[in-house]
Amino acid sequence: MARLNEANVVYAKEIIGRYPKARSATIPLLHLAQQQDGYVTNEAIEHIGALVGATSAEILGTATFYEMFKFEPVGKYLVNICTTLSCALLGADELMHHAERHLGVKAGSTTPDGMFTLESAECQAACTEAPCLQVNYRYRYRVTTADLDTLLDDLSHGRLDGEVPPHGTVARVRQQIPSDRTVGVFAPDDVTTAPVWMPAPTAEAPK
Amino acid sequence: MKGTTYPHAAGFVAGDRPQVVTSRFQYDDSYTLQRYLATDGYKGLQAALAKSAVDVHNDVKGATVLGRGGAGFPAGVKWGLTPQAVWPRYLVVNGDESEPGTYKDRLLMELDPHQLIEGCLIACYAAGLSQCFLYIRGEMAVAQERVATALNDAYAAGYIGKNILGSNFSVDIVLHWGAGAYVVGEETALIESLEGNRGMPRLKPPFFPAAIGLYGKPTIVNNVETLSNLPWLLRNGVEAYTAIGTATSPGTRMVAVSGHVKRPGVYEIINGTTTFRDLLYGEEFCGGIRNDNQLKAFVPGGGSAPWFLPDQLDLPFESKLVGAAGSMLGSGAVMVMDDTTDIVAAAYTLVRFYAHESCGKCTPCREGGTWLERIMMRLVDGHGTTRDLDQLFEIGQTICPGEFPHAASERLGLEAKPFPFRMTTICFVGPSAYTAVDSALTLFRDEFEAKIVQRNLIPVSVGASE
Amino acid sequence: MTATETGTEATVPPPDPNEVRLTINGRPVVARKGDYVIAAAQNIGEYIPRFCYHERMSSVGMCRMCLVDIDTGRGPGLQVACMVTVVPDMIVNTQSQSALKAQEGIIEMLLANHPLDCPVCDKGGECPLQDQSFSYGPGESRFVEEKRHFEKPIPISDLVLLDRERCILCDRCTRFADEVAGDALISFTHRGNLTQVNTFPDEPFASYFSGNTVQICPVGALTAKPYRFKARPWDLEQTESTCTTCAVGCRTVVQSSRDELLRYQGVDSDPVNWGWLCDRGRFNFEAVNSEDRLDSPLVRVDDELQPTTWNAALARAVELINEAKAVGGAGSIAVIGGARGTNEDAYAWARLAHDVIGTPHVYPQMGDGAQINLLGFDRATIDEAANAATIILMAPDLKEELPVLYLRLRDAAQKRRSRIIEFTQKGSGLSGEAWRVIQYQAGNITQAVAGAGADAAIAAQLAKGTVVIVAGRANLAENPLEVGNGVVAALGLAPAAKVLPAFRRGNVVGAIEMGLVPGEGGMHVLDIARASAAGKIECLILLGCDPLSDLPDSDLARQLMAGAPRIIAIDTFLTKSSSPAHVVLAAAAYGEKSGTTTNIEGRVSTLSEKVTPRGTSRPDWMIAVELAELLGADLGVSSVDDLTDAIAANVSGFGAATVAALRTARDGIVCKGSLPPATAQVSTIDERNGYDYRLVVSRKLYDNAVGTAKSPSLAHLTMGSELHLHPLDVERVGSTDGADVKVTSKRASMVFKVVADDSVVRGSAWVPFNQPGPSIGELIDAAAVVTDVRVESF
Ligand SMILES: Cc1cc2nc3c(=O)[nH]c(=O)nc-3n(C[C@H](O)[C@H](O)[C@H](O)COP(=O)(O)O)c2cc1C
Ligand code: SF4
Ligand code: FES
Repeated sequence: MARLNEANVVYAKEIIGRYPKARSATIPLLHLAQQQDGYVTNEAIEHIGALVGATSAEILGTATFYEMFKFEPVGKYLVNICTTLSCALLGADELMHHAERHLGVKAGSTTPDGMFTLESAECQAACTEAPCLQVNYRYRYRVTTADLDTLLDDLSHGRLDGEVPPHGTVARVRQQIPSDRTVGVFAPDDVTTAPVWMPAPTAEAPK
Repeated sequence: MKGTTYPHAAGFVAGDRPQVVTSRFQYDDSYTLQRYLATDGYKGLQAALAKSAVDVHNDVKGATVLGRGGAGFPAGVKWGLTPQAVWPRYLVVNGDESEPGTYKDRLLMELDPHQLIEGCLIACYAAGLSQCFLYIRGEMAVAQERVATALNDAYAAGYIGKNILGSNFSVDIVLHWGAGAYVVGEETALIESLEGNRGMPRLKPPFFPAAIGLYGKPTIVNNVETLSNLPWLLRNGVEAYTAIGTATSPGTRMVAVSGHVKRPGVYEIINGTTTFRDLLYGEEFCGGIRNDNQLKAFVPGGGSAPWFLPDQLDLPFESKLVGAAGSMLGSGAVMVMDDTTDIVAAAYTLVRFYAHESCGKCTPCREGGTWLERIMMRLVDGHGTTRDLDQLFEIGQTICPGEFPHAASERLGLEAKPFPFRMTTICFVGPSAYTAVDSALTLFRDEFEAKIVQRNLIPVSVGASE
Repeated sequence: MTATETGTEATVPPPDPNEVRLTINGRPVVARKGDYVIAAAQNIGEYIPRFCYHERMSSVGMCRMCLVDIDTGRGPGLQVACMVTVVPDMIVNTQSQSALKAQEGIIEMLLANHPLDCPVCDKGGECPLQDQSFSYGPGESRFVEEKRHFEKPIPISDLVLLDRERCILCDRCTRFADEVAGDALISFTHRGNLTQVNTFPDEPFASYFSGNTVQICPVGALTAKPYRFKARPWDLEQTESTCTTCAVGCRTVVQSSRDELLRYQGVDSDPVNWGWLCDRGRFNFEAVNSEDRLDSPLVRVDDELQPTTWNAALARAVELINEAKAVGGAGSIAVIGGARGTNEDAYAWARLAHDVIGTPHVYPQMGDGAQINLLGFDRATIDEAANAATIILMAPDLKEELPVLYLRLRDAAQKRRSRIIEFTQKGSGLSGEAWRVIQYQAGNITQAVAGAGADAAIAAQLAKGTVVIVAGRANLAENPLEVGNGVVAALGLAPAAKVLPAFRRGNVVGAIEMGLVPGEGGMHVLDIARASAAGKIECLILLGCDPLSDLPDSDLARQLMAGAPRIIAIDTFLTKSSSPAHVVLAAAAYGEKSGTTTNIEGRVSTLSEKVTPRGTSRPDWMIAVELAELLGADLGVSSVDDLTDAIAANVSGFGAATVAALRTARDGIVCKGSLPPATAQVSTIDERNGYDYRLVVSRKLYDNAVGTAKSPSLAHLTMGSELHLHPLDVERVGSTDGADVKVTSKRASMVFKVVADDSVVRGSAWVPFNQPGPSIGELIDAAAVVTDVRVESF
């Protein structure tokens, strides 16, 4: 648990291969690391830097910019309660206070049993379904305090294991680009002519 | 109450109006390739491939397909801005939907991913874009899964990749996903992020993505909804498209109405003609304010838009008119506040949002945003002073010098100050942090003053669930 | 080009297509296409306040301090002057109400989270934030909230500390590290109001250029250990000078307080260093201040070096010289060194040696440089190299030996102006930037170049435009003749190419041009050493040199010293080589003497005396004048200026570099002597028979040289002596990374730690020169073209 394991290195290289510049794979690879270990370890950052050709400091700089990456262990379930306007208008604060009471921790912290991390989140693009929350990025809409109790209960008893993967895993379906169909990537500077389907440059001024 | 909802399409409300982008939402398997093919899927692409790239580009120009990401810039015109004879050119799809109140792109990605893919292919064909990156917001697990599945199926079926449908048109679409940062929705930050960097916007001009974008090459950035319009346009033609809506705002657009209405939801409305009153009170729309309360104020175009009052209800969804009235249509997000709303606390949630989402590049946004947030928090908690109110305004002056746009108010005898504003920052996050403060302070100063007198120490909640 | 220059008075010069006419603060301005408004304004003396903008780095428009009113036809609007380029008829107002209000607002916000601990801050008194708050700020802050808090200064490297509370996030240090130095080891982390500059845990900002970030930090966030709390800016006196740590000749200001050197800062010389310095050049002023400096001359009295007066010391020196003359004639006296001094030192000593003492055996280097005739080729300037379509690199690792030249060439590659073709025996700092890296083994440069010439792509590239060959001694275990052979071969591929000689030691070019070179029948230093071994050298004069440390062949160096019955050393310290001397004449050091120096381009620029020489020590030239006098001759000079003008008058090619001319030529004056170019030499390499690893020995930036060893901040940065092999070769010898191995040459056998390093060419073994630990010189045979070794694991 640290550097990307062999299987993930294989997948990482496949992802890198889709971009004209390896560095573009940084964020997908950080997700891969977080999926592997539940959070992003320093060893993973070094490993990713080596894979995409950047220094560890640069990868750290990118990683810490984004909300979703965690740098120490978090709960098996990350409960993000939206508190931006639309949800706030329909009782997000109330919901948050209830969650804090139910879990016995303040927003931003993890339950002692390492099961739940509670966070107050910003707009989750479900504003019409307010108040809403996400558990490991799976939505719950128009959540009442009663719904919340049931949800937390179901989660802690593993009743939602099928639907909600442990923290770190986001999408469970991955893109596969078949080798016989792909156009492949080209170094941006190596391409100098228009794609074949484009009409011949009629009276195009030289750049 | 008219208007139909579907359990598998949380939030979407259908009505008997033209459906350009939501026609498949009624099916619970709308996201599958079979359903897509059974409902005219990829016919728009075939229609496009039957024409020359230039003709397709002209169709999109002719139809004035407006950008749905916020700026409302015509897609056809944008595609024409790439410098001559500079290759390669890329397409970056903006699926980072994070603007407070906005909920439409996620629906389009979850419920009709093939429509989006087809739109991408049409754009790439028309503008000579040789690789497409589909950037989906990191927190949208299901959207990522649905789009990934759709891409895999479309590749297998020969709609993406080498020699699409036997033509000489070839393009790869790469699914890319973010990791949580609102500002990355800004197109230049999106490109930075896609290059593996911190999502800090690059100043433009002189560097419009269409000229210098991804990897320094010409890059078209389009919103998910914008592209989702293209298959219908190519299937039904320019006339059919422009027959809907008005000359300046043709077609439809998706609008999410949230907050204190009877039926919050996402509606595909007719552009240019539908008014806010229709939307908030119309039977096939939201059907009025909850508990038949009074409407206090509403945000017409996402968290970045200056607020409107009941005075503005009869304005149609037309950017020029809305701009003249002191706000913007932005990303098709209306947030409604009834007379029970604590205006200061409501504004605070938006200030906190933008302060928290600042990338940290521009001094006024990085420092000013947090400063505004701190003062607003004090005011919400009832610890504020009248001095704070002036300070809020002064900070606003550093971020947005000069008079800030605001709505007209009969109650206050206030004239409208039209959009836009001057700004000292690179992107709109900075100004957006001040927008809600300015609207609230200009239109509801009494509520701020009430709080100061009250010295109310119990944290108030913005609004109750009932 | 003006009409007069072209000599065609009649024709009017055509209008420059790149010129842009605009108005700034009501004044008509002629700028150039692509100029940023902030630069155009500065050129007419209108200073626009800024924090993030730096003319040598890309603009980021981060601090927003340079907001001004710009009108391009659509009415005035606030825009950042560091990102907007000039266009015709643009109207700029830097003083408008809105501009001033905006600037005031930005200052207030920058100060919001700034600790305002100016009284205890190194930057206080020279702080752009402090100054600009004064001139553009609101006067008082209305920020009553709690300020941002961070752990107080954290060391981000051995030399630099970072105080994140003071940082205003201008992105200068981070941009420098990434864009300029190529060491992106510091970066912004976190977001928005929590943004901070930091390194990766346990991965310090170990850059040879870290000191520059301290200099360009617009606040006191970055401070340099060697300077922290040493002085307040208002106590500092300063004068402009030129760095002589290496032969790039970076322009500097030397700052002192109470007659003690305290700081060097880079000065932006457009043709040379663009304001940058390497950390060695920046911080080795500590050596000048060292306790160990010689403060008076010494003479050997019954085998003890004892302090004495100058009269006694000079008299003794003259005695030794005359004895030697009497015993073996003038030809038994050898003068070596002189590459560390000024042109004036070198000139005076050249006259003394050749004209007064009358010996032809004079040599400026220790067998550790390149052939002096590299100076004979058509010489390129640094600018010409950095703008050439192709740069052929056959030099030591420039990052280690000529660091700021490395920055200039890296910039050329990064900005895609130039393609670098590198011939290398061991990967270098520029290998990553090179278009082609051609690895070869010592002794094979001619074949390697021929091979490259056969490559169509390379041939095409060489035909594309100007070509500059950067050539120097890449391997101290390889005969320097190979350097010339490489250049001659490269010129075969690109006959019009110019050559930039990568000599390392401070003023080696000056020493050569001033005449510290063999006269009629004079010997090379290696032959002087052999002659000494054969008892033919009666008196050896060490002019600020240390053969025991620098002559690659240690055994030969010992013979040189042992064979000479009389040794006179002119030095600033007692070194390995000056300790056994019979007379040691205490020399003034850098910063203690004025004069001129000559860099690799032949650029003559000025050095300034900032502090008085230590004790009674005096400049080399003065010592030469006094010795001449005691030897009954008059060099006809009594001041540095006399010498500078004498050089202009007598040294061919240096006529332009008069005292008067140098006074106004801030970027110096490029001069070139009349040496003939080096020619190809046959080099025959004997069979390896069992010694199957070819030795590559080169210098690191930090080694045992006195300048580093006597600078406490730098001394501990030496890497230490170890043997690097390609990982596969480490396996091949049956060893493992970090283990000890036995290394044997025909000379000797010694034990090194082996390190697996894939930048080493297979079949070669690399060892750094003059490092703490076993001295590789013991294995080197200077007589051979190459040195092969056997590597055995235990
Ligand atoms: C702070 C900020 C956030 C933005 N967020 C989004 C977003 O989440 N999704 C989006 O499509 N456009 C967003 N935009 C607009 C994009 O910059 C860009 O204009 C748009 O994606 C272009 O696509 P369109 O022309 O199809 O609308 C944002 C702009 C700003 C300034
Ligand atoms: S340390 Fe100085 S130069 Fe570096 S970012 Fe901070 S303020 Fe700028
Ligand atoms: S405000 Fe809560 S999801 Fe949008």
